[in-house]
Amino acid sequence: MFTKTSLTALREKLVKREITPAELTQEYARRMEELNPALNALISWDTESALQAAARADLSLPLGGLPIGIKDNICCRGERARCASRMLENFVAPYDATAVAKLRAAGAIPFGRANMDEFAMGSAGENSAFGATRNPADESRVPGGSSSGSAAAVAAGIIPAALGSDTGGSVRQPASHCGVVGLKSTYGRISRYGLVAFASSLDQIGTLTTCVEDAALLLQFLSGHDAMDSTSSLQAVPDFSAELHGGVRGMRIGLPKEYVSSGNAPEVQNALNAAVAALEAQGAEICEISLPHAEAAVASYYIIACAEASSNLARYDGVRYGYRASETSSAPGDVYARSRTQGFGEEVKRRIILGTYVLSGGYYDAYYTRAQKVRALVAQDFARAFEGGVQLILGPVAPTPAPKLEAKDMTPLQIYLADIYTVPANLAGLPAISVPTPQSGLPVGVQLLAPHFEEARLLRGAAVLEQSWK
Amino acid sequence: METPRIDVAYIAELAKLELSDEERARYTRDLEQVLAYVAQLEKWDTQDVPPMCHPLEVYDALREDVPGQSLSNEAALANAPQQADGQFRVPKVVESAH
Repeated sequence: MFTKTSLTALREKLVKREITPAELTQEYARRMEELNPALNALISWDTESALQAAARADLSLPLGGLPIGIKDNICCRGERARCASRMLENFVAPYDATAVAKLRAAGAIPFGRANMDEFAMGSAGENSAFGATRNPADESRVPGGSSSGSAAAVAAGIIPAALGSDTGGSVRQPASHCGVVGLKSTYGRISRYGLVAFASSLDQIGTLTTCVEDAALLLQFLSGHDAMDSTSSLQAVPDFSAELHGGVRGMRIGLPKEYVSSGNAPEVQNALNAAVAALEAQGAEICEISLPHAEAAVASYYIIACAEASSNLARYDGVRYGYRASETSSAPGDVYARSRTQGFGEEVKRRIILGTYVLSGGYYDAYYTRAQKVRALVAQDFARAFEGGVQLILGPVAPTPAPKLEAKDMTPLQIYLADIYTVPANLAGLPAISVPTPQSGLPVGVQLLAPHFEEARLLRGAAVLEQSWK
Repeated sequence: METPRIDVAYIAELAKLELSDEERARYTRDLEQVLAYVAQLEKWDTQDVPPMCHPLEVYDALREDVPGQSLSNEAALANAPQQADGQFRVPKVVESAH
């Protein structure tokens, strides 16, 4: 009865007393019981506590009584936060992530831990220690990743909205593959406190929602400086919904020629063409721009992301928390290495090894420093485009629609290369959003990018696309 | 830059990971392929480009040094795989005194 109903519409039902918060949570729990076994979108949940929270829900609060799914790498006090890894199989979060605390303060009810690629490393949702998630649009296909469960759950109507995290496209790409809206805000807009670190200079919590309006609504409550995250921004938080329907008349929107590639699947090219037509019809001017270092983004990204990951994941040593292997000798190094060896999955180890390599003596400058310099060039491309007079940039999200599950013929490099359109926003710290396009077949999204802290403009462009296709 | 043959066994040791022969062979193959690809970073002129380690420049980000609530001893130890006497228990690292 609530398949893909927006938070705003649900709120209206609650406020008009057409339904109680407990009934609403009950209804989502029922849908979850019915649909989750086939999809494996949520990997744990506590219906009892959610119902208790619903019974206490304060409808005078802006998100009062609304259940929101949480990716398994974001801490909710007293609930498991496993990062879909054996390493954290028994980990119970001792505190709320700031993003979760802010949602609770606005009245929302965190409900369900969403499946993901282990430690957010992957783009298909298949690198989970708790099994792959399936795409609700076609269960023989992947939902994308790494926020696989968040996207699939929202697309299936198991939850009305969810938090994900986006280090290189992990919110936007599964949103595109599942047909929902995925927003990654400017780096620093949302506190990372309580988000399990993967690559700290790239990570950002994001939202998966059924519509652009909900993305604006959640961003409003998630944004703002946090003393617990020194990289969170002091920038003022504007009213993201105020200009949501202001339109794009007179706006110049850049289409990078490097993104109109023969490597794009026909559906992706069609989606891009449809977006161009929709924006032009609403009075925007689409102009060709160039991002000369676009092709260097994936190489720069994987060096930086893996280097930061190898450092961040050094904390998992089986002492303070996480999996600990049994002691067979007295040397502590043995326990550390065995715990890590048994606790981490294949892709996590692959990235730790790559990251350790590029930071190791003799290779640091050749790989890591060079990747950071190229990162600056990628960021400069965007800065020049925006200085050159475009207000937004339009592009694809992924080169193809969702691939089949268990496509074992792909090498890791081929998988990494499919991130070409999403990693630049993380390297440059820009806000970006994936919006579903009308499709007769599999879902395909298009992406808009905006200058730092211009989420209001980004959402306005996204709302135009959404309205055009209603 | 010439793609060096990556010594995965040595790198795994640095990263405290134990690899089987099969894993070592697989990671060697995968990573050499990735390194051959990222060698393209050589072709961009980066001589006068400062390395970018962060998307936004952040200065003076330390918060005021005021006492606040932190985790209790019990909460901090709640996830410890092994604990004793209110502390994390680690494998023994020194010889017993005779």
